[in-house]
Amino acid sequence: MTLSEIRDILDADVIVGEDQLGKEINTAFSADLMSDVLAFAKSGSLLLTGLTNPQVVRTADILEIAAIILVRGKRPPQETIQLAQDLKIPILTTKYILFETSGRLHEKGIVGCIEKVGSNRADAGRE
Amino acid sequence: MPEENRFEDSFAVEGGNFRAAGNVSGKIKRILKSIGINDNVVRRVAIVTYEAEINIVSYARKGRIVISVRPDLVQVEAIDEGPGIEDIELAMQEGWSTASAQVREMGFGAGMGLANMKKYSDAFNIDSKPGLGTCVKMQVFNLEKMLQPDYWLKI
Repeated sequence: MTLSEIRDILDADVIVGEDQLGKEINTAFSADLMSDVLAFAKSGSLLLTGLTNPQVVRTADILEIAAIILVRGKRPPQETIQLAQDLKIPILTTKYILFETSGRLHEKGIVGCIEKVGSNRADAGRE
Repeated sequence: MPEENRFEDSFAVEGGNFRAAGNVSGKIKRILKSIGINDNVVRRVAIVTYEAEINIVSYARKGRIVISVRPDLVQVEAIDEGPGIEDIELAMQEGWSTASAQVREMGFGAGMGLANMKKYSDAFNIDSKPGLGTCVKMQVFNLEKMLQPDYWLKI
């Protein structure tokens, strides 16, 4: 699925990365704890979160996350936007809550980076 | 590169500078990619370096991250001057943390940092002197190199 389809499903606003909407994305990870994102998220995935500080962008950069979706209508501060522009990481914002955001994407075919902790897909860092 | 993928460098990390937290890890990740280290190794080094950098920023006065690259492994040392860790076994437990509210607001400080560092490195050691500082040493192996048939005969 492309990032522009994801934008439409979530009725989201694009804050950074208007030029990257053609990106193909098939997996996602939802969390507000960046250490869990580091532990489980896979490169090329979508990161769904309610945090808006620059560390979200840093974490996405370290893992080569395809795009960040901010949920619950969150708007990032300027320093987060600036960093995302510098590192070329798209940020979208949707008014749906995290549960709805995840559910709507899953229904359309986006799957989790891992299904369960301890399953093979969980060891994303070693793939 | 003087020799194939051999490289060593040291980067200063400022304690308490949350704005810059992640700068050094991002830089190291880009260097490793640019010299052609394989993706799996780059990814694991980036994760453990980032957690280590967050720890220095969160707890120490200052520190440095020293990276040594060889064809068969990348070593990351995070050395800081700070309060140190009284009980390393306790600090290693997932969920145990002394993080401030500021650290938690960034999405860290849930007691996962050291556990993540151990999980994503192949060799891991912490040495800490309470009141002085902490040194975390981690190695990420390039298994592709290590599994070459002649690798173990050469060392």
